[in-house]
Amino acid sequence: MDPVSFITDPLAYGFMQRGLVASVLVGIVCAVMGTFVVLKGLAFIGDAVSHATFPGLVIAYIVGAPLYIGGAIAAVATALAIGLVSRRGRLRFDTSVGVLFAGTFAFGVLLFSTIKNYVADLLGYLLGNVLGIRTADLIQLAILGAIVLAVVLLIRKELLFATFDPLGAAASGLPVAFLEYLLLALLGVTIVVSIQAVGIIMVVAMLVTPSATAQLIVVRFGRMMLIAVVIAALSAVSGLYLSFYLNLASGASIVLIETIFFLVALVLGPRTGLLSRAPRAIGQGAS
Amino acid sequence: MTSAPPPRRAAAPAGPIAVAVEGVTVGYDHRPALTDVSLSVTAGSLLAVIGPNGAGKSTLLKLIAGIIKPWTGRLTVLGGPPGSSAGRIAYLPQAEAVDWEFPVTVAEVVMMGRYGRLGFLREPRRRDREVVGQALDKVGMGEATDRQIGALSGGQRRRVFLARAIAAEPDLYLLDEPVTGVDATTQEDLMDVLEGEARAGKTVIATTHDLICAAQRFHQAAFINGRLVAAGPANLVLDQQLLAETYGGHVLVLPGDGGRVIIDDAHHHDQAPSGEHHYHEDSR
Repeated sequence: MDPVSFITDPLAYGFMQRGLVASVLVGIVCAVMGTFVVLKGLAFIGDAVSHATFPGLVIAYIVGAPLYIGGAIAAVATALAIGLVSRRGRLRFDTSVGVLFAGTFAFGVLLFSTIKNYVADLLGYLLGNVLGIRTADLIQLAILGAIVLAVVLLIRKELLFATFDPLGAAASGLPVAFLEYLLLALLGVTIVVSIQAVGIIMVVAMLVTPSATAQLIVVRFGRMMLIAVVIAALSAVSGLYLSFYLNLASGASIVLIETIFFLVALVLGPRTGLLSRAPRAIGQGAS
Repeated sequence: MTSAPPPRRAAAPAGPIAVAVEGVTVGYDHRPALTDVSLSVTAGSLLAVIGPNGAGKSTLLKLIAGIIKPWTGRLTVLGGPPGSSAGRIAYLPQAEAVDWEFPVTVAEVVMMGRYGRLGFLREPRRRDREVVGQALDKVGMGEATDRQIGALSGGQRRRVFLARAIAAEPDLYLLDEPVTGVDATTQEDLMDVLEGEARAGKTVIATTHDLICAAQRFHQAAFINGRLVAAGPANLVLDQQLLAETYGGHVLVLPGDGGRVIIDDAHHHDQAPSGEHHYHEDSR
Protein backbone atom coordinates (compact mmCIF):
# COMPACT_ATOMS: atom_id res chain seq x y z
CA MET A 1 0.00 0.00 0.00
CA ASP A 2 1.42 3.42 -0.90
CA PRO A 3 1.69 6.05 1.82
CA VAL A 4 -0.91 8.36 0.33
CA SER A 5 -3.66 5.79 0.27
CA PHE A 6 -2.55 4.63 3.72
CA ILE A 7 -3.60 8.08 4.90
CA THR A 8 -6.58 8.68 2.61
CA ASP A 9 -8.29 5.29 2.53
CA PRO A 10 -9.73 5.48 6.05
CA LEU A 11 -11.08 8.95 5.28
CA ALA A 12 -13.55 7.40 2.84
CA TYR A 13 -15.56 6.31 5.87
CA GLY A 14 -17.85 8.85 7.53
CA PHE A 15 -17.27 7.35 10.98
CA MET A 16 -13.53 7.80 10.55
CA GLN A 17 -13.93 11.44 9.49
CA ARG A 18 -16.16 12.20 12.47
CA GLY A 19 -13.87 10.25 14.78
CA LEU A 20 -10.81 12.18 13.64
CA VAL A 21 -12.45 15.57 14.04
CA ALA A 22 -13.84 14.62 17.45
CA SER A 23 -10.64 13.14 18.83
CA VAL A 24 -8.43 15.99 17.63
CA LEU A 25 -10.89 18.49 19.12
CA VAL A 26 -11.05 16.62 22.41
CA GLY A 27 -7.27 16.33 22.42
CA ILE A 28 -6.84 20.08 21.98
CA VAL A 29 -9.40 21.09 24.62
CA CYS A 30 -7.98 18.57 27.09
CA ALA A 31 -4.42 19.73 26.44
CA VAL A 32 -5.29 23.39 27.05
CA MET A 33 -7.19 22.62 30.27
CA GLY A 34 -4.60 20.00 31.13
CA THR A 35 -1.89 22.64 31.38
CA PHE A 36 -3.75 24.10 34.36
CA VAL A 37 -4.61 20.64 35.69
CA VAL A 38 -0.93 19.70 35.77
CA LEU A 39 0.28 23.00 37.21
CA LYS A 40 -2.42 23.19 39.88
CA GLY A 41 -2.18 19.49 40.71
CA LEU A 42 -5.80 18.76 39.78
CA ALA A 43 -5.25 15.32 38.20
CA PHE A 44 -7.05 13.47 40.97
CA ILE A 45 -9.93 15.95 40.83
CA GLY A 46 -10.18 15.41 37.08
CA ASP A 47 -10.41 11.67 37.61
CA ALA A 48 -13.04 12.15 40.31
CA VAL A 49 -15.17 14.50 38.22
CA SER A 50 -15.00 12.14 35.27
CA HIS A 51 -16.23 9.18 37.33
CA ALA A 52 -18.94 11.36 38.84
CA THR A 53 -20.45 11.96 35.40
CA PHE A 54 -21.58 8.32 35.28
CA PRO A 55 -24.66 8.67 37.50
CA GLY A 56 -25.60 11.79 35.51
CA LEU A 57 -25.42 9.83 32.26
CA VAL A 58 -27.45 6.92 33.66
CA ILE A 59 -30.14 9.19 35.10
CA ALA A 60 -30.37 11.06 31.79
CA TYR A 61 -30.75 7.74 30.00
CA ILE A 62 -33.46 6.54 32.38
CA VAL A 63 -35.54 9.72 32.09
CA GLY A 64 -34.88 9.99 28.36
CA ALA A 65 -32.95 13.25 28.48
CA PRO A 66 -29.89 13.93 26.30
CA LEU A 67 -26.95 12.09 27.87
CA TYR A 68 -24.62 15.08 27.48
CA ILE A 69 -26.88 17.22 29.62
CA GLY A 70 -27.01 14.66 32.41
CA GLY A 71 -23.26 14.18 32.30
CA ALA A 72 -22.59 17.93 32.21
CA ILE A 73 -24.80 18.64 35.23
CA ALA A 74 -23.16 15.86 37.23
CA ALA A 75 -19.65 16.90 36.20
CA VAL A 76 -19.98 20.61 36.89
CA ALA A 77 -21.87 20.02 40.15
CA THR A 78 -19.18 17.61 41.37
CA ALA A 79 -16.39 19.94 40.32
CA LEU A 80 -17.95 22.85 42.23
CA ALA A 81 -18.68 20.63 45.25
CA ILE A 82 -15.01 19.65 45.29
CA GLY A 83 -14.08 23.33 45.12
CA LEU A 84 -16.29 24.03 48.11
CA VAL A 85 -14.85 21.12 50.09
CA SER A 86 -11.32 22.30 49.34
CA ARG A 87 -12.07 25.72 50.81
CA ARG A 88 -14.18 24.71 53.77
CA GLY A 89 -13.30 21.13 54.58
CA ARG A 90 -11.74 19.82 57.73
CA LEU A 91 -10.58 16.51 56.29
CA ARG A 92 -7.54 16.18 54.10
CA PHE A 93 -8.53 17.32 50.64
CA ASP A 94 -7.68 14.11 48.78
CA THR A 95 -9.63 12.13 51.37
CA SER A 96 -12.78 14.17 50.75
CA VAL A 97 -12.34 13.86 46.99
CA GLY A 98 -11.80 10.11 47.30
CA VAL A 99 -15.05 9.73 49.24
CA LEU A 100 -17.04 11.82 46.72
CA PHE A 101 -15.39 10.07 43.79
CA ALA A 102 -16.17 6.51 44.82
CA GLY A 103 -19.61 7.34 46.21
CA THR A 104 -20.90 9.04 43.06
CA PHE A 105 -19.51 6.35 40.78
CA ALA A 106 -21.05 3.60 42.92
CA PHE A 107 -24.38 5.40 42.70
CA GLY A 108 -24.06 5.38 38.92
CA VAL A 109 -23.24 1.68 38.81
CA LEU A 110 -26.20 0.97 41.13
CA LEU A 111 -28.59 2.85 38.85
CA PHE A 112 -27.04 1.17 35.81
CA SER A 113 -27.73 -2.26 37.33
CA THR A 114 -31.44 -1.42 37.55
CA ILE A 115 -31.70 -1.03 33.76
CA LYS A 116 -33.00 -4.34 32.38
CA ASN A 117 -31.83 -4.25 28.77
CA TYR A 118 -28.28 -4.03 27.40
CA VAL A 119 -27.24 -0.41 27.05
CA ALA A 120 -24.37 -0.09 24.59
CA ASP A 121 -24.47 3.71 24.75
CA LEU A 122 -23.69 3.86 28.43
CA LEU A 123 -20.97 1.23 28.21
CA GLY A 124 -19.45 3.28 25.40
CA TYR A 125 -19.10 6.15 27.85
CA LEU A 126 -17.13 3.99 30.26
CA LEU A 127 -14.40 3.01 27.81
CA GLY A 128 -15.00 5.50 25.01
CA ASN A 129 -15.86 4.92 21.38
CA VAL A 130 -15.02 7.93 19.30
CA LEU A 131 -15.66 6.04 16.07
CA GLY A 132 -19.30 5.65 17.06
CA ILE A 133 -19.88 9.38 17.44
CA ARG A 134 -22.92 10.82 15.64
CA THR A 135 -22.95 14.10 13.73
CA ALA A 136 -25.30 15.71 16.26
CA ASP A 137 -22.95 14.70 19.12
CA LEU A 138 -20.02 16.08 17.19
CA ILE A 139 -21.71 19.46 16.83
CA GLN A 140 -22.51 19.64 20.55
CA LEU A 141 -18.96 18.62 21.34
CA ALA A 142 -17.53 21.29 19.03
CA ILE A 143 -19.68 24.03 20.55
CA LEU A 144 -18.83 23.11 24.15
CA GLY A 145 -15.15 22.71 23.27
CA ALA A 146 -15.09 26.10 21.57
CA ILE A 147 -16.65 27.71 24.65
CA VAL A 148 -14.02 26.21 26.93
CA LEU A 149 -11.18 27.27 24.64
CA ALA A 150 -12.55 30.79 24.26
CA VAL A 151 -12.95 31.34 28.00
CA VAL A 152 -9.50 29.97 28.83
CA LEU A 153 -7.79 32.00 26.13
CA LEU A 154 -9.59 35.21 27.11
CA ILE A 155 -8.63 35.04 30.77
CA ARG A 156 -5.41 33.07 30.48
CA LYS A 157 -3.28 35.75 32.12
CA GLU A 158 -5.56 35.88 35.16
CA LEU A 159 -5.71 32.08 35.35
CA LEU A 160 -1.93 31.95 35.09
CA PHE A 161 -1.41 34.49 37.89
CA ALA A 162 -4.00 32.86 40.16
CA THR A 163 -2.49 29.41 39.52
CA PHE A 164 1.09 30.51 40.06
CA ASP A 165 0.58 32.77 43.08
CA PRO A 166 -2.96 32.79 44.52
CA LEU A 167 -2.05 35.15 47.38
CA GLY A 168 -0.30 37.69 45.18
CA ALA A 169 -3.15 37.53 42.67
CA ALA A 170 -5.78 38.02 45.38
CA ALA A 171 -3.89 40.96 46.86
CA SER A 172 -3.70 42.63 43.44
CA GLY A 173 -7.48 42.45 43.19
CA LEU A 174 -8.07 39.34 41.08
CA PRO A 175 -11.19 37.36 42.12
CA VAL A 176 -9.13 34.26 42.89
CA ALA A 177 -11.96 32.20 44.40
CA PHE A 178 -14.19 32.91 41.40
CA LEU A 179 -11.40 31.99 39.00
CA GLU A 180 -10.87 28.72 40.85
CA TYR A 181 -14.55 27.78 40.62
CA LEU A 182 -14.61 28.83 36.97
CA LEU A 183 -11.61 26.63 36.24
CA LEU A 184 -13.32 23.69 37.95
CA ALA A 185 -16.53 24.29 36.00
CA LEU A 186 -14.55 24.42 32.75
CA LEU A 187 -12.85 21.21 33.81
CA GLY A 188 -16.28 19.62 34.27
CA VAL A 189 -17.36 20.70 30.78
CA THR A 190 -14.08 19.49 29.27
CA ILE A 191 -14.54 16.09 30.84
CA VAL A 192 -18.08 15.75 29.52
CA VAL A 193 -16.86 16.71 26.06
CA SER A 194 -14.12 14.09 26.30
CA ILE A 195 -15.77 11.01 27.75
CA GLN A 196 -17.41 9.88 24.53
CA ALA A 197 -14.02 9.87 22.86
CA VAL A 198 -11.87 8.15 25.46
CA GLY A 199 -14.28 7.07 28.17
CA ILE A 200 -14.71 7.98 31.82
CA ILE A 201 -11.77 5.90 32.95
CA MET A 202 -9.18 7.36 30.56
CA VAL A 203 -10.15 11.04 30.47
CA VAL A 204 -7.59 11.83 33.11
CA ALA A 205 -4.85 10.66 30.75
CA MET A 206 -6.02 13.07 28.05
CA LEU A 207 -5.95 15.86 30.64
CA VAL A 208 -2.62 15.12 32.21
CA THR A 209 -0.32 13.24 29.84
CA PRO A 210 0.23 15.78 27.00
CA SER A 211 0.79 18.66 29.45
CA ALA A 212 3.05 16.59 31.67
CA THR A 213 5.06 15.66 28.58
CA ALA A 214 5.28 19.31 27.58
CA GLN A 215 6.47 20.30 31.04
CA LEU A 216 9.38 17.90 30.61
CA ILE A 217 10.40 19.68 27.42
CA VAL A 218 9.91 23.43 27.91
CA VAL A 219 9.97 25.97 30.73
CA ARG A 220 7.51 28.58 29.46
CA PHE A 221 3.80 28.46 30.11
CA GLY A 222 2.70 29.43 26.59
CA ARG A 223 5.02 26.93 24.95
CA MET A 224 3.99 24.22 27.39
CA MET A 225 0.37 24.68 26.34
CA LEU A 226 1.28 24.75 22.65
CA ILE A 227 3.40 21.61 22.81
CA ALA A 228 0.69 19.83 24.80
CA VAL A 229 -1.82 20.71 22.07
CA VAL A 230 0.50 19.44 19.33
CA ILE A 231 1.18 16.18 21.19
CA ALA A 232 -2.53 15.68 21.83
CA ALA A 233 -3.48 16.27 18.19
CA LEU A 234 -0.72 13.99 16.88
CA SER A 235 -1.72 11.29 19.35
CA ALA A 236 -5.37 11.58 18.40
CA VAL A 237 -4.67 11.17 14.68
CA SER A 238 -2.08 8.41 14.97
CA GLY A 239 -4.11 6.62 17.63
CA LEU A 240 -7.15 6.51 15.37
CA TYR A 241 -5.18 5.20 12.40
CA LEU A 242 -3.65 2.55 14.62
CA SER A 243 -7.13 1.67 15.81
CA PHE A 244 -8.41 1.54 12.20
CA TYR A 245 -5.70 -0.68 10.75
CA LEU A 246 -5.09 -2.99 13.68
CA ASN A 247 -8.70 -3.03 14.84
CA LEU A 248 -7.86 -1.80 18.34
CA ALA A 249 -9.94 0.16 20.84
CA SER A 250 -9.77 3.82 19.73
CA GLY A 251 -9.62 5.61 23.12
CA ALA A 252 -7.00 3.23 24.46
CA SER A 253 -4.88 3.67 21.32
CA ILE A 254 -4.89 7.47 21.67
CA VAL A 255 -4.03 7.32 25.35
CA LEU A 256 -1.22 4.82 24.79
CA ILE A 257 0.37 6.95 22.08
CA GLU A 258 0.27 9.93 24.45
CA THR A 259 1.90 7.73 27.06
CA ILE A 260 4.66 6.80 24.62
CA PHE A 261 5.29 10.51 23.95
CA PHE A 262 5.56 11.01 27.71
CA LEU A 263 8.01 8.14 28.19
CA VAL A 264 10.18 9.36 25.31
CA ALA A 265 10.26 12.88 26.80
CA LEU A 266 11.05 11.44 30.21
CA VAL A 267 14.05 9.56 28.84
CA LEU A 268 15.31 12.11 26.31
CA GLY A 269 13.87 15.43 27.54
CA PRO A 270 16.33 18.31 27.94
CA ARG A 271 15.12 19.27 31.43
CA THR A 272 14.71 15.99 33.24
CA GLY A 273 15.85 13.39 30.76
CA LEU A 274 17.26 10.32 32.43
CA LEU A 275 20.09 10.65 29.92
CA SER A 276 20.88 14.27 30.80
CA ARG A 277 23.75 14.91 33.16
CA ALA A 278 21.98 16.53 36.07
CA PRO A 279 18.51 15.12 36.53
CA ARG A 280 16.21 17.19 38.70
CA ALA A 281 12.96 16.39 40.39
CA ILE A 282 10.05 18.12 38.75
CA GLY A 283 6.48 18.85 39.63
CA GLN A 284 7.20 19.05 43.30
CA GLY A 285 5.21 21.41 45.41
CA ALA A 286 2.38 21.84 42.94
CA SER A 287 -0.21 23.29 45.25
CA MET B 1 -13.04 45.45 43.17
CA THR B 2 -11.44 48.79 42.41
CA SER B 3 -14.70 50.67 42.25
CA ALA B 4 -14.25 52.05 45.75
CA PRO B 5 -14.67 55.70 46.62
CA PRO B 6 -11.54 57.77 45.97
CA PRO B 7 -9.06 57.37 48.80
CA ARG B 8 -9.21 60.08 51.41
CA ARG B 9 -5.76 61.15 52.39
CA ALA B 10 -6.52 62.97 55.58
CA ALA B 11 -3.74 65.43 56.34
CA ALA B 12 -2.89 64.26 59.82
CA PRO B 13 -0.04 66.28 61.32
CA ALA B 14 2.37 63.34 61.38
CA GLY B 15 1.66 62.45 57.77
CA PRO B 16 -1.23 60.48 56.32
CA ILE B 17 -2.11 57.13 57.80
CA ALA B 18 -1.63 54.37 55.22
CA VAL B 19 -2.93 51.51 57.32
CA ALA B 20 -5.06 51.61 60.45
CA VAL B 21 -5.90 48.40 62.29
CA GLU B 22 -8.36 48.83 65.16
CA GLY B 23 -9.09 46.04 67.60
CA VAL B 24 -8.90 43.30 64.98
CA THR B 25 -9.25 39.61 65.81
CA VAL B 26 -8.90 37.02 63.06
CA GLY B 27 -8.00 33.37 62.65
CA TYR B 28 -8.58 30.13 60.82
CA ASP B 29 -11.13 27.41 61.59
CA HIS B 30 -12.41 29.15 64.71
CA ARG B 31 -8.90 29.35 66.15
CA PRO B 32 -7.73 32.94 66.51
CA ALA B 33 -4.31 33.75 65.02
CA LEU B 34 -4.34 37.41 66.02
CA THR B 35 -6.31 38.80 68.95
CA ASP B 36 -7.31 42.42 69.41
CA VAL B 37 -4.55 43.98 67.34
CA SER B 38 -4.44 47.75 66.93
CA LEU B 39 -1.75 49.31 64.82
CA SER B 40 -1.39 52.37 62.67
CA VAL B 41 1.21 52.87 59.96
CA THR B 42 2.13 56.27 58.55
CA ALA B 43 2.57 56.61 54.79
CA GLY B 44 6.22 56.56 53.81
CA SER B 45 7.36 54.38 56.67
CA LEU B 46 9.27 51.11 56.67
CA LEU B 47 7.67 48.81 59.22
CA ALA B 48 9.22 45.51 60.28
CA VAL B 49 6.79 42.93 61.64
CA ILE B 50 8.62 40.73 64.11
CA GLY B 51 7.66 37.60 65.98
CA PRO B 52 8.22 33.85 66.19
CA ASN B 53 6.92 31.37 63.64
CA GLY B 54 3.17 31.02 63.90
CA ALA B 55 2.85 34.38 65.65
CA GLY B 56 0.45 35.69 62.99
CA LYS B 57 2.86 37.83 60.96
CA SER B 58 1.69 36.50 57.60
CA THR B 59 -1.90 36.66 58.83
CA LEU B 60 -1.46 40.38 59.50
CA LEU B 61 -0.23 40.93 55.93
CA LYS B 62 -3.11 38.91 54.45
CA LEU B 63 -5.53 40.89 56.57
CA ILE B 64 -4.18 44.21 55.30
CA ALA B 65 -4.15 42.85 51.73
CA GLY B 66 -7.84 42.02 52.06
CA ILE B 67 -7.23 38.32 51.40
CA ILE B 68 -8.80 37.35 54.72
CA LYS B 69 -11.57 39.21 56.53
CA PRO B 70 -11.37 40.21 60.20
CA TRP B 71 -13.74 38.48 62.64
CA THR B 72 -14.06 41.63 64.67
CA GLY B 73 -12.58 45.10 64.57
CA ARG B 74 -11.94 47.55 61.76
CA LEU B 75 -9.27 48.08 59.14
CA THR B 76 -8.62 51.06 56.93
CA VAL B 77 -6.12 50.54 54.12
CA LEU B 78 -5.12 53.45 51.88
CA GLY B 79 -8.24 55.31 52.92
CA GLY B 80 -10.80 52.54 52.38
CA PRO B 81 -11.75 49.08 53.55
CA PRO B 82 -9.20 46.32 52.78
CA GLY B 83 -9.43 45.08 49.20
CA SER B 84 -10.90 48.35 47.94
CA SER B 85 -7.55 49.62 46.73
CA ALA B 86 -6.08 46.33 45.54
CA GLY B 87 -4.55 47.97 42.49
CA ARG B 88 -2.34 50.06 44.79
CA ILE B 89 -1.06 47.12 46.85
CA ALA B 90 1.75 44.70 46.01
CA TYR B 91 2.03 41.46 47.96
CA LEU B 92 5.14 39.32 48.07
CA PRO B 93 4.50 35.74 49.25
CA GLN B 94 6.97 33.69 51.28
CA ALA B 95 9.47 31.83 49.12
CA GLU B 96 8.16 28.49 50.40
CA ALA B 97 4.67 29.33 49.09
CA VAL B 98 5.89 29.40 45.49
CA ASP B 99 6.16 26.42 43.13
CA TRP B 100 9.60 27.12 41.67
CA GLU B 101 9.22 24.47 38.96
CA PHE B 102 6.35 26.47 37.49
CA PRO B 103 7.05 27.14 33.80
CA VAL B 104 7.35 30.91 33.88
CA THR B 105 10.27 33.17 33.05
CA VAL B 106 11.59 36.07 35.06
CA ALA B 107 9.94 38.61 32.73
CA GLU B 108 6.60 36.77 32.89
CA VAL B 109 6.62 36.78 36.70
CA VAL B 110 7.36 40.49 36.85
CA MET B 111 4.67 41.19 34.24
CA MET B 112 2.15 39.62 36.64
CA GLY B 113 2.66 42.73 38.74
CA ARG B 114 0.96 44.67 35.93
CA TYR B 115 -2.13 42.45 35.71
CA GLY B 116 -3.97 44.22 38.50
CA ARG B 117 -3.67 47.49 36.60
CA LEU B 118 -4.33 45.97 33.18
CA GLY B 119 -7.68 44.45 34.05
CA PHE B 120 -9.43 41.58 32.30
CA LEU B 121 -9.15 41.05 28.54
CA ARG B 122 -6.34 43.57 28.15
CA GLU B 123 -2.94 42.53 26.90
CA PRO B 124 0.29 44.09 28.19
CA ARG B 125 1.39 47.08 26.13
CA ARG B 126 4.66 48.80 25.51
CA ARG B 127 4.48 50.85 28.69
CA ASP B 128 3.90 47.68 30.74
CA ARG B 129 6.99 46.10 29.21
CA GLU B 130 8.96 49.25 29.95
CA VAL B 131 7.86 49.24 33.60
CA VAL B 132 8.81 45.55 33.87
CA GLY B 133 12.24 46.27 32.39
CA GLN B 134 12.84 49.18 34.75
CA ALA B 135 11.75 47.15 37.77
CA LEU B 136 14.16 44.36 36.83
CA ASP B 137 16.98 46.86 36.36
CA LYS B 138 16.21 48.34 39.77
CA VAL B 139 16.79 45.00 41.49
CA GLY B 140 19.78 44.15 39.30
CA MET B 141 18.08 41.38 37.32
CA GLY B 142 17.82 43.14 33.96
CA GLU B 143 19.96 40.49 32.26
CA ALA B 144 17.95 37.46 33.32
CA THR B 145 14.57 38.15 31.74
CA ASP B 146 14.23 34.87 29.84
CA ARG B 147 15.38 32.47 32.54
CA GLN B 148 12.96 30.10 34.20
CA ILE B 149 12.46 31.17 37.81
CA GLY B 150 13.50 27.78 39.20
CA ALA B 151 16.92 28.20 37.57
CA LEU B 152 17.65 31.22 39.80
CA SER B 153 19.38 31.25 43.18
CA GLY B 154 17.40 32.02 46.32
CA GLY B 155 18.56 35.63 46.36
CA GLN B 156 17.78 36.13 42.67
CA ARG B 157 14.28 34.72 43.21
CA ARG B 158 13.61 37.29 45.93
CA ARG B 159 14.96 40.05 43.68
CA VAL B 160 12.59 38.99 40.90
CA PHE B 161 9.59 38.94 43.23
CA LEU B 162 10.49 42.37 44.56
CA ALA B 163 10.69 43.53 40.93
CA ARG B 164 7.16 42.19 40.45
CA ALA B 165 6.01 44.25 43.43
CA ILE B 166 7.74 47.36 42.06
CA ALA B 167 6.20 46.82 38.62
CA ALA B 168 2.75 47.07 40.21
CA GLU B 169 3.64 50.70 41.08
CA PRO B 170 1.92 50.31 44.45
CA ASP B 171 1.45 52.74 47.30
CA LEU B 172 1.67 49.92 49.81
CA TYR B 173 4.15 47.02 49.84
CA LEU B 174 3.22 43.94 51.86
CA LEU B 175 6.28 41.72 51.91
CA ASP B 176 6.34 38.31 53.60
CA GLU B 177 9.95 37.66 54.57
CA PRO B 178 11.56 39.53 51.68
CA VAL B 179 15.09 39.02 52.95
CA THR B 180 14.87 35.58 54.55
CA GLY B 181 17.44 33.15 53.25
CA VAL B 182 19.30 35.60 51.02
CA ASP B 183 22.97 36.55 51.05
CA ALA B 184 24.19 39.80 52.64
CA THR B 185 24.64 41.62 49.33
CA THR B 186 21.12 40.81 48.22
CA GLN B 187 19.75 41.87 51.59
CA GLU B 188 21.53 45.23 51.37
CA ASP B 189 20.42 45.75 47.75
CA LEU B 190 16.79 44.90 48.47
CA MET B 191 16.72 47.12 51.56
CA ASP B 192 18.23 49.99 49.52
CA VAL B 193 15.41 49.62 47.01
CA LEU B 194 12.76 49.54 49.74
CA GLU B 195 14.29 52.54 51.45
CA GLY B 196 14.06 54.42 48.14
CA GLU B 197 10.40 53.46 47.81
CA ALA B 198 9.67 54.66 51.34
CA ARG B 199 11.42 57.96 50.63
CA ALA B 200 9.12 58.33 47.61
CA GLY B 201 6.17 58.16 50.00
CA LYS B 202 5.32 54.47 49.60
CA THR B 203 4.58 52.44 52.68
CA VAL B 204 6.48 49.19 53.25
CA ILE B 205 5.34 46.54 55.72
CA ALA B 206 7.63 43.52 55.84
CA THR B 207 7.80 40.49 58.11
CA THR B 208 11.29 39.45 59.04
CA HIS B 209 13.27 37.15 61.29
CA ASP B 210 16.38 39.27 60.99
CA LEU B 211 16.46 41.55 64.03
CA ILE B 212 19.71 43.23 63.07
CA CYS B 213 18.29 44.13 59.68
CA ALA B 214 15.08 45.34 61.36
CA ALA B 215 17.00 47.58 63.74
CA GLN B 216 19.33 49.00 61.14
CA ARG B 217 17.21 49.35 58.03
CA PHE B 218 13.61 49.81 59.15
CA HIS B 219 11.97 52.87 60.68
CA GLN B 220 9.47 51.10 62.87
CA ALA B 221 8.84 47.68 64.31
CA ALA B 222 5.74 45.83 65.42
CA PHE B 223 6.19 42.87 67.78
CA ILE B 224 3.62 40.16 67.33
CA ASN B 225 2.89 36.96 69.17
CA GLY B 226 -0.77 36.18 68.58
CA ARG B 227 -1.35 39.74 69.77
CA LEU B 228 0.48 43.01 69.44
CA VAL B 229 3.22 42.98 72.08
CA ALA B 230 4.57 46.41 71.18
CA ALA B 231 4.98 48.82 68.31
CA GLY B 232 7.37 51.70 68.01
CA PRO B 233 10.71 52.84 66.59
CA ALA B 234 12.82 50.09 65.02
CA ASN B 235 15.58 50.22 67.62
CA LEU B 236 13.12 48.66 70.07
CA VAL B 237 14.27 45.32 68.65
CA LEU B 238 17.36 45.69 70.80
CA ASP B 239 15.18 45.69 73.91
CA GLN B 240 15.79 42.27 75.40
CA GLN B 241 12.78 42.35 77.66
CA LEU B 242 10.52 43.06 74.74
CA LEU B 243 12.14 40.29 72.72
CA ALA B 244 11.72 37.86 75.57
CA GLU B 245 8.07 38.77 75.77
CA THR B 246 7.60 38.40 72.00
CA TYR B 247 9.51 35.18 71.59
CA GLY B 248 8.49 33.59 74.84
CA GLY B 249 12.00 33.52 76.24
CA HIS B 250 13.70 31.76 73.33
CA VAL B 251 16.31 34.44 72.98
CA LEU B 252 20.03 34.00 72.66
CA VAL B 253 22.34 36.80 73.66
CA LEU B 254 25.81 36.85 72.16
CA PRO B 255 28.02 38.13 74.97
CA GLY B 256 30.65 40.71 74.18
CA ASP B 257 29.05 41.78 70.94
CA GLY B 258 27.26 44.88 72.04
CA GLY B 259 24.15 43.05 73.14
CA ARG B 260 23.53 41.26 69.86
CA VAL B 261 20.55 39.00 70.07
CA ILE B 262 19.57 35.96 68.10
CA ILE B 263 16.22 34.31 68.22
CA ASP B 264 16.21 30.63 69.04
CA ASP B 265 13.58 29.79 66.47
CA ALA B 266 13.12 26.88 64.07
CA HIS B 267 14.33 29.03 61.21
CA HIS B 268 17.44 30.16 62.89
CA HIS B 269 18.52 27.37 65.13
CA ASP B 270 21.11 26.07 62.72
CA GLN B 271 22.69 29.50 62.45
CA ALA B 272 23.50 29.80 66.11
CA PRO B 273 27.19 29.16 66.61
CA SER B 274 27.94 26.67 69.33
CA GLY B 275 29.28 27.72 72.70
CA GLU B 276 26.92 30.60 73.38
CA HIS B 277 24.95 31.17 76.46
CA HIS B 278 21.35 30.19 76.23
CA TYR B 279 19.08 32.30 78.36
CA HIS B 280 15.72 30.65 78.62
CA GLU B 281 13.52 32.94 80.58
CA ASP B 282 10.48 31.04 81.67
CA SER B 283 8.68 34.17 82.64
CA ARG B 284 5.57 33.61 80.52
